[in-house]
Amino acid sequence: MFETALTSSDLLFLAQGAGMTLIVTAIAVILGTILGVVFGIFRFQVGPWWAAPVTFVLDIFRSIPLLIQLVLVNAFLGMVLRISLSGFTVACMVLTLYTSAYCAEIVRGAVEAVPNTTRRAARSLGLTWRQDMSYIVLPLATRVALPSWIGLALGVMKDSALVYIVQVTELLKSTQILITRLQEPLFLLLICGAFYFIISFPIARFGGYLEKRWSND
Amino acid sequence: MIEIENVRKSFGSLEVLKGIDLTVNKGEVLTIIGGSGSGKSTLLTCINGLEPINSGRIVVDGTEVHAKSTDLNKLRRKLGIVFQQWNAFPHLTVLENVMLAPRKVLGLSKAEAEAIAVKQLTHVGLADKLGVYPSRLSGGQQQRMAIARALAMSPDYMLFDEVTSALDPQLVGEVLDTLRMLASEGMTMICVTHEMKFAREVSDRVAFFSKGVMAEIGVPQQIFEAPRNPETAAFVKLTQA
Amino acid sequence: MFSYTFQWKQAFARLPVMLEGAVVTIEIALLSMLIGIALAVLLTGFRLSGNRVLSGIAATWVEIARNTPALFQIYMAHFGLGSFGLHLSPYTSLLLGITFNNAGYLAENFRGALKAIPDTQTRAARSLGMTPVRAFGHVVLPQMLRIAFLPMTNQMVWAILMTSLGITVGMNTDLYGVTQDLNALTFRTFELFALAAVIFYLITKTVQIGARLVAARLFRY
Repeated sequence: MFETALTSSDLLFLAQGAGMTLIVTAIAVILGTILGVVFGIFRFQVGPWWAAPVTFVLDIFRSIPLLIQLVLVNAFLGMVLRISLSGFTVACMVLTLYTSAYCAEIVRGAVEAVPNTTRRAARSLGLTWRQDMSYIVLPLATRVALPSWIGLALGVMKDSALVYIVQVTELLKSTQILITRLQEPLFLLLICGAFYFIISFPIARFGGYLEKRWSND
Repeated sequence: MIEIENVRKSFGSLEVLKGIDLTVNKGEVLTIIGGSGSGKSTLLTCINGLEPINSGRIVVDGTEVHAKSTDLNKLRRKLGIVFQQWNAFPHLTVLENVMLAPRKVLGLSKAEAEAIAVKQLTHVGLADKLGVYPSRLSGGQQQRMAIARALAMSPDYMLFDEVTSALDPQLVGEVLDTLRMLASEGMTMICVTHEMKFAREVSDRVAFFSKGVMAEIGVPQQIFEAPRNPETAAFVKLTQA
Repeated sequence: MFSYTFQWKQAFARLPVMLEGAVVTIEIALLSMLIGIALAVLLTGFRLSGNRVLSGIAATWVEIARNTPALFQIYMAHFGLGSFGLHLSPYTSLLLGITFNNAGYLAENFRGALKAIPDTQTRAARSLGMTPVRAFGHVVLPQMLRIAFLPMTNQMVWAILMTSLGITVGMNTDLYGVTQDLNALTFRTFELFALAAVIFYLITKTVQIGARLVAARLFRY
């Protein structure tokens, strides 16, 4: 086969990077989804006027580069407030808010997609607002939202490659460190790319399958 | 008893109900006929409090529907309503559609709710569709499921809002048969409908609505054969042509 | 309580330099979109061609673009091609990486848009005596454009945000790169990047509002 200076301890180093990518992604997706559902339902419930401040702030997270968000929050906490937080904490905080901004948008769209007439039928049976929300609206909205949400979660995994800027050594950063040392960019990048691809591709396919299946009935 | 006193209702600047007075007694079948935009469907959604009213009052068994102190969710258990669009809950099976409200609103156990749902679904002729999702049913079957869903709350009154208007002609009959059956069992019903033959057959009284006003009310024979109001006469003539 | 004093003046003094960077950012985003759209049309054609090799190439492109980080794609353009002796400048690497990404996502959007238009539309057009090309150009394409327009706008916003990744391959003339260089000189990290954030925000909003106005004109049905 072909020659490489890659040792087993280098592979372990890469695996640790991959582990970091997955941990940061998992935290951001879980917390970001919870926040996103709250923001999304809030926006839908209070109407565009009252929700405007929330909408505005969330929109900022979708309108400036993630790299700048990380640098800004890091600088604000460290230089201005002089709170020393680990890069990992900052990375999770920013990615969580970033995720929640997109998630809120998905949730609002999905809740709006539940026909008013269906909700009216539920209320006419005597269901309260909460019951209508939990037994009718959320199950139906989940179907609408799930494919987009899967796309979001995978997007967050890919975007988590940027947390290197706050000194978190995730997969792409560990790859880059090895590239500098071993001078085998193509081989190392292919390993790294394959890792992302192997996780992302099947899940994205599954999301596509769900979307197709659910749009048929 | 449902008492409607001088009810007015506007959507923006458009007044759709211009002072309606009407009393429906227990055990009575009242049908409301009239052209589109006459306000007849709006009246039904006001009766169970899905729409607010501007003035007047609606009293169901002594409870004023639009009073602030009224627990609408409680009141609605008495008033079943079925809409033109059947509004099946698509993520629930036929059985689950019917079980949902008895379980969550009445707080019945799963077994009790299921027993009621099976009974009502059998009643409307859907005993063989229990585990099926609504998307697999025809429009007529979905509408009968919606009727069973409302009946499962053992309401004292049933409101039917043009329940056959969205159906293919060949499916209208099965739904009307279900309504006839309910009427013969003594259910108190208010039916907004365009089915004149049905109105004539099953009603105790027929009300004719025109432009937000109840122009005439009487027994079917009188309304259809000897209308006093010229507008009623014109409408009846038109629909029987 | 704050021992930190904001020095916004220092940041504002650098505004002209940063705006020059913003021009480069917009330039890269626009170029990557234009080339990306052309490539996406080509890829869509490949996928529909029925030729296994061509559709295989297109599918591979689309899946890699969509299932790996954009930063990875830029690294590949810079370091990956470098190992074949092809040493691209930071500008070219960044442009190539973003274009690759754009083309992949857009090709997927175009295919979705095409699928969303029922065959009956083509059949109706053909039944009126239109040639296949005319039926596509007059009936299918305008409807497709409407469906694909919003995703295209989103992709443009993405392209703008992605330019910030150029820093990782040594790019220093775009908005992010310029800001980073100024930061190394002055250490006013928060002020400088806050200003950069505002500029990015204004650029993306302008694109979104502009797209909405264009859409309102184009799609009046």
